[in-house]
Amino acid sequence: MFASFGVLPMDVILGVVVFWLVLGMAGLVLQNSRLIARIIFPLGALGSLALAGAALAGLDETSTAILPLGLPDLPFHLRMDALSAFFLLLLGSASIGISVFSAGYFRDMPKASLGPLCLEYHLFLASMALVFLADDAYLFMVAWESMALSSYFLVTTDHDQPEVRRAGFLYLLIAHVGAISILMCFGVMQGGHGDYTFGAMRHAHLTTSWASAVFFLALFGFGAKAGILPLHAWLPEAHPAAPSPVSAMMSGIMLKTAIYGILRITFDLLGMQLWWWGVAALALGLLTALFGVIFAAVQVDMKRLLAYSSIENIGFILTGVGLTIIFHDSHKDALAALALTASLYHALNHAFMKGLLFLGTGSILHATGERHLGKFGGLIRQMPKLALLMLVGALALAGLPPLNGFVSEWLLLQAFLLSPGLPQPYINMLVPIAAAALVLAAALAGYVMVKFYGVIFLGQPRDSSLAKVHDAGLWERAGMLCMVIGCIALGVFPTFVILHLDHVTEMLVHHSLSVSAAKTGWLLLTPIQAERASYGPLVLLLIIAGGGLLIALAVKKLVHGRLRRGPAWDCGFPAQTARMQDTAEGFGQPIRQIFEWYMGVVRQVPTPFDKHPHFHSETHDLLWNIFYAPVKRLNDAIGKQLGKLQHGRIHIYLLYSFLTLLALLAFVR
Amino acid sequence: MNYPSLMLQLAQNALVLLIAPLLLGWTNQCRAWMQNRTGAGVMQPYRNLVKLFHKDAVLAHNASALFRYTPYILLACMWLAAALVPVLATDLPLSPAVDVIALAGIFALARVFISLAAMDIGTAFGTLGARREMLVGFLAEPALLMVLFTASTISGSTSLITIVETLAHKSFVLYPSMVFAAVAFVMVMLAENARIPVDNPSTHLELTMIHEAMILEYSARHLALVEWASALKLLAYSTIGIALFVPWGIAEVGNWGALPLAVALLFLKLALGGAGLAFIEALSAKMRIFRVPEFMGTAFLLAVLGLLTHFLLEAPA
Repeated sequence: MFASFGVLPMDVILGVVVFWLVLGMAGLVLQNSRLIARIIFPLGALGSLALAGAALAGLDETSTAILPLGLPDLPFHLRMDALSAFFLLLLGSASIGISVFSAGYFRDMPKASLGPLCLEYHLFLASMALVFLADDAYLFMVAWESMALSSYFLVTTDHDQPEVRRAGFLYLLIAHVGAISILMCFGVMQGGHGDYTFGAMRHAHLTTSWASAVFFLALFGFGAKAGILPLHAWLPEAHPAAPSPVSAMMSGIMLKTAIYGILRITFDLLGMQLWWWGVAALALGLLTALFGVIFAAVQVDMKRLLAYSSIENIGFILTGVGLTIIFHDSHKDALAALALTASLYHALNHAFMKGLLFLGTGSILHATGERHLGKFGGLIRQMPKLALLMLVGALALAGLPPLNGFVSEWLLLQAFLLSPGLPQPYINMLVPIAAAALVLAAALAGYVMVKFYGVIFLGQPRDSSLAKVHDAGLWERAGMLCMVIGCIALGVFPTFVILHLDHVTEMLVHHSLSVSAAKTGWLLLTPIQAERASYGPLVLLLIIAGGGLLIALAVKKLVHGRLRRGPAWDCGFPAQTARMQDTAEGFGQPIRQIFEWYMGVVRQVPTPFDKHPHFHSETHDLLWNIFYAPVKRLNDAIGKQLGKLQHGRIHIYLLYSFLTLLALLAFVR
Repeated sequence: MNYPSLMLQLAQNALVLLIAPLLLGWTNQCRAWMQNRTGAGVMQPYRNLVKLFHKDAVLAHNASALFRYTPYILLACMWLAAALVPVLATDLPLSPAVDVIALAGIFALARVFISLAAMDIGTAFGTLGARREMLVGFLAEPALLMVLFTASTISGSTSLITIVETLAHKSFVLYPSMVFAAVAFVMVMLAENARIPVDNPSTHLELTMIHEAMILEYSARHLALVEWASALKLLAYSTIGIALFVPWGIAEVGNWGALPLAVALLFLKLALGGAGLAFIEALSAKMRIFRVPEFMGTAFLLAVLGLLTHFLLEAPA
C-alpha cells in the first residue's frame, strides 16, 4: 500500500525511528509535564501505528539499506525481511496501547523526572526497532546496548528507593553478561574474516562444533535478556521496580527481542541446525515454563506475579523454538513450520495479554498506591471498567478459549501430537513427557490467573482505604482497550494471523501452513488437515454467547425475574469480615505445599506458649543459592584479595606503574 | 453442512439439555439402592430444578455483575461441550469448531468462571472452595488432556469425529495405552464432577466440600442453572468416555437408519455408566483434601504412562 506512493516500508520505519528520537528530545525541551503526557505520548502512539502498518506491508518483501552513520568505513547495514517485519509489527502494534496508556499514567509526574523519562522511553522504542533492522553485528550491538541502557534508566525511574536501585543494578549486570556472550557469538560467526555484516556471516561455513558454540553462546546471551533459567533472576526484581507502562513494554516487547535474536542466529545466520540443540532448548524451555508458573502461584506482589508469569511464557516460546529445531533437522518441514508458527504466535499474544495486565496493575497502583495483593479485594465494585478490561487479559493469559492465549497453546500442542515418527527413538519417548509438562504449566497458569484476578478484584476489600478508590482514567482505559482488542482479534481470527506468519516460516524453515490453513475457509483453523485438527474460535464464541443469551431469555420468559438483595449466606455464620477470606498467601498455599521441594520455603511457626503468636512464611528461589550466591561469594573473595594491593601510599602505586611498564615492555618485545 | 445434519445437531442440543438431569437422577438412585435406601427417584433432579426456578432469587449485597452472569456462561459452556461430543451420529456440523483440546479448554473456562464467581462475595467458604477447585483442576486438566492425546495419537487426529470414527471401525483390539487412559479418565471424571472420593455432592459439611462451597451463595434460578450445568458436565464427561472407549454402535455419516439403534445404545451405555459411577461411590470413602493432589497426580501419571505406552509399543515405526 506504500509502494503506490513510491515509499518503501523500510523508509516509513526509519522515519518513525527518527520521529521517536525527535519526540524524546522534545520531551526534554517542553516545560509542562501535562503537555508532555498529553501530546508527546499520543504522537508516539501514532508513530507506533505507522510502524505497525509499514511492517505489515513489508512482511512479504526484503529490502536493504546502508546508512552512512557510525564509524568511518563501518556504516550501518539495515535489512528488513519477513522475520524483522514480524517483530517490528509486534513492536508497533503492542506499543500503541502502551503509549496511549502512558499519556494518562505519567500526567501527574513532576517535570524534572518526566522529561528524561520521555527521552528514555522513546529511545527505548527506537533502539528496539533498530535491533530488528540491524544487518551487521556492529549496529546490532549498538542498538542492543542502547536498548539495555535506556530500559535500565526507565527501571530506575524511582531511584530514590534503595530496592529500585538494587533491582536496576541486577538487571544491568545480567544484561551485560548476556551482551558479552552475544558479542562472542558474533565473534565466532565471522569466522576469522573480520567482516561483521550478517550477509558475510550467512556465507561463512562453520564446522559443527563451532556452530554449536555459536548456538549455545546465543542461547546464553539472549537467554539473559529473555529470562530463561537460570538467568531469570532480574525479571522478578526489575518489573516491580519499573513504572507499569515500562514493565508492559519490557515484558511484552523487549523479552521478544531475545527470541528474535535466537531465531535470527539459529535459522538465518547459521546455515545448519542440529537436533540436540533443539532438545536442549526444549528442555530448558519446559523447565523455565514450569519454574515460572509455580513461582507465580506463590507470589504476593502483583507485579512480581506477572513477572514470573512472563518467565513462564518465555519458556513456552522457547519450547516451540526447540521443537522447530528438532523438526527442521529431521526434515519434517511442515511440522517445523507449525511449531515455529506457534512460537511466533505466542510471542505476539504475550505482548498483548501481558502488556494489558501490566498496564492494569499501573491503574491499580495509581488508584491505591499498593502493590501487595494482601491490601486489595473487591476492586470490581470501585473500578468496574478496569475490572472488565483486566478480565479479558486474565482469561487470555490463563490460555482459555476463545481468546488469544489458547490459540498458540493449541498450535504448540498440535505440533507435539503430530510428532510420532521422528527418526531419533529417544526423542520420540521424550515428546509425551514434554507435552505433559507443557499442559501442566498451562493448567497452572489458570490457577495463577484466578488468584491474581480474584484476590485483587473480587471479595471484600481487605483495606478500608479501598472504598474511596476511583476507576482508571480515560487515556489509561483507551490504552488498555487497544490491548483488549488485540487479545480478542488474535484469538478469534487466527487464520488471518497465520496467513501473515507464513512469510516468516517460509523464510526460516522453507515451508508454510497457508495451503492447508486457507483450504477450509477463514472460519476454521486447520493447520495441517481438516481431518487431523480444526478449531473455530469465532464459532465457539458465538455459540457460547448465543447459548448464554438464549438461556437468559428463556429463563426470563418462562419463569420470573424476581430478585432481592440480602446479606451473604455463608452457611449461616453471622460474622463475616474481610479477614475471613483467603489471602494471597492462602490461595498459593496448596501450590507451595505440593512443590515445596522445588522452592526454598522458610517458615516461622509459633509455639503454644507464644504471647504474641506470629506465623511467617517466605518462599525463596533456590536457583539464586545455586547459581548466583557462589558467584557473589567468589567476587567478594577476589575483591578482598585485590584490596591487599591498595595501601594508600603514593610510592607503592608508583612501583605498580613501573612494574606494569616493565612487564609491558617485556611483553611487546 | 446440509439440512439433515443440521437437524441432527439441533436434536442433539435439545436431547443433551433434557436428559442431563436424568443421568444425574439415575446415578443418585443407583447409589441409594446400593446403600439400601429407597432413593428419591430418577426424576428428583427435575423436581429440584422446577422448585429452584420458582423461588425468588436472593443476591448478596455486594454481588457484582460477574457473579450474576456466571451461571449463564457456565450453562452455555457445558451445553456446548455436551452438544459437540459425537454420541448419536458422527455427522455434527458444529463439531469441527471444537476439537479435544478446545473441549478441555471449554471445561477450563467454565471452571475459571465458577471459581471467580465463588470469590466474588468474599465469604470464607467461597474462596476456600475456589482454591480447592483450582487445585483439583490444575491436576485434572492435564490428566484429561493426556487421555485425549492418547486417543488422538492412535487415530492421528484431535477431532472428536475422526477419533470416534477411527476407534469405532477398529475391530476389538485392546490397546494397552487405552487401558491406562481409561483408568485415568475415570479418576478425572470423579474429580471433575465433584463425586466421592474427591468431593461429596450431597455434603454441606464445611470443611470437606469443594463444589458445594463455591455455589453456596447462589439461590433460586441462578442455583438451578448452576445445578443444570453440573448435570450437563456429568453427561458431557460420560459421553466423552463413551466416545473414546466404547464408541461402537454410533451412526455413521449418512446412515440415518442406524440412528434409532444408536439412541437405544446410548441410553444403555449411559445407564451402565451411571450405575458404575454409583458403584465406585458406594465403595469408596471421601478423601482428605490433601490426599486429592496424590489421587490426581496418580491419574496424571497413569495418563502420561498411557501416552508413553502408545509411543513405545503401538506407534507405527
